Amino acid sequence: MLADDLRGMFYIALKDLRAYYFKPPNISWGILFPFAFVLAFAIRNPGETRELVPGLLGLTILFGTSSMEAIVFAFERRIGSLERLLLAPIRLPSLLAGKLLGGMTFGLAVTAVVLAITLAAFGITGVNWPLLLLALLLSAAAFSALGAFVSVSVREVFEAQTLANFVRFPMMFLGGVFVPVATMPPGLQVVARLFPLTYSVEALRSALDGAPLDHGMVDLAFLAGFAGIMFGLSVWVMRNKQD
Amino acid sequence: MNDAIQADGLTKAYPAGKAGPPLRAVDGIDFDVNPGEVFGFLGPNGAGKTTTIRMLTGLTRPTAGGATILGLDLATKVTQIKKRIGVVPEASNLYDELTALDNLVFSMQLYGVPRSQRRLRAEALLERFRLAEKRDVLFAKLSRGMKRALTVAAALAHRPPLIFLDEPTTGLDVMSARNLRQMIAGLRDEGVTIFLTTHYLEEAERLCDRIAIIVRGRIVALDTVDALKAGAQQRTVVEVVLVDSGGNFEKRRIETDDVEAAVRHALAETEGRRVVAVNTLRPSLEEVFVRLTGLSAETMLAEKGGKGGGNAGG
Repeated sequence: MLADDLRGMFYIALKDLRAYYFKPPNISWGILFPFAFVLAFAIRNPGETRELVPGLLGLTILFGTSSMEAIVFAFERRIGSLERLLLAPIRLPSLLAGKLLGGMTFGLAVTAVVLAITLAAFGITGVNWPLLLLALLLSAAAFSALGAFVSVSVREVFEAQTLANFVRFPMMFLGGVFVPVATMPPGLQVVARLFPLTYSVEALRSALDGAPLDHGMVDLAFLAGFAGIMFGLSVWVMRNKQD
Repeated sequence: MNDAIQADGLTKAYPAGKAGPPLRAVDGIDFDVNPGEVFGFLGPNGAGKTTTIRMLTGLTRPTAGGATILGLDLATKVTQIKKRIGVVPEASNLYDELTALDNLVFSMQLYGVPRSQRRLRAEALLERFRLAEKRDVLFAKLSRGMKRALTVAAALAHRPPLIFLDEPTTGLDVMSARNLRQMIAGLRDEGVTIFLTTHYLEEAERLCDRIAIIVRGRIVALDTVDALKAGAQQRTVVEVVLVDSGGNFEKRRIETDDVEAAVRHALAETEGRRVVAVNTLRPSLEEVFVRLTGLSAETMLAEKGGKGGGNAGG
């Protein structure tokens, strides 16, 4: 049964990547959108551009993983093809994990491009690579699971897009991408601490600054826990909807 | 040999909610499907046909009762069951973004068909369903009939011994529906067990070995087509065909309990016309259906949106 589940996960992810993710509009959107935001901010504050790199990576992985993940369930439910997957001989958590794997793979691939460009552009050295890879992986898992939860919770694609933006945009401005969380008013700091992007950006900043692994452990633990909770909630919602 | 399907008190109840009052969509139904037979499941809209299929295929859990599928308990072996069944839902639901060939290959990947067999089997299915020329065409670009045929092919890709067909010919033009019926008949000849729901009574009559009629979640009749007709025939209908000197035909139908007396009476009242035929008529499946459900076939088709399926010829 485990072999069936693993095989199902792999092929669902592969199918999603082929059918939905690796299309020119997605790739260009995934890369250009975070760059455009950061460029706008950098033009206003040219001296602080290097400080924006962790936020840029966080935004890229947030939008890379969640933009399609947040609509794919609603879309497939609408056209009926989700039923094909539900009829396949794999368990529901594995089906969901396959979907997440597709989103994570795409998000990581796009982020790898952005990472290569920024490392080269800013001449960043002394990176803590294990921490960076863990931060990217767990951020991808957390944002992908968040997208899946949004997608399974609604009926229509437009509802999924609206809800996803309702969650992502406050995160983008309060998650420490443009303004360090420590400099925000106390009330906003509390809100910022609820967002996974905050922990993603902090872990990425630690990794790019070459901090030791244990420096990012709280952030990594939050991202892992957030991913697990979102995944569990998504399975629960889907199971209830089926019945 | 095990029954292909054995349903025992299968029930799906929904509590009261936003959608309305509490509902027993399927209300304690019992039936068996024999291996290798085509089992028709007929009923008006909302009778519980699709809910029954959803329970039997593991898409939703029964609230009471249970079933065994191919000897496996639905409550505990649903993943193994899924591996051995094929399902063609009412809507053709393959992936628009994949080609005909890739859709079939993906189906096989999900079901664990060995890599070495996938392409060969996919090509063979495309050939069989007259889609070989469309192998590299996106699903989105196929005609409705081709999409339907490919959806059936995808359900067969892992060679299941039991297949569920939910309204397979709804919305198809006459030729596509005819082709699909021929394919279904071909599957039956190969020994595949088929659970078929349809709104087309002629289609059910032509294809099915046995038929269950479900109304408001309960099975009100279950038998062979002949037995259902015989059971519904309360009085014999005698039909006398007359022709006058000008070549005009007239058919007279007499419902009677005494066939001999009815024929004698009809022959005595020819009014100078020639008797060209005397027949006893059996009720059609449609008449059986109307008697059991109180709905006409036309009403049922109108409820469904009506178009397609053509006549069941072929």
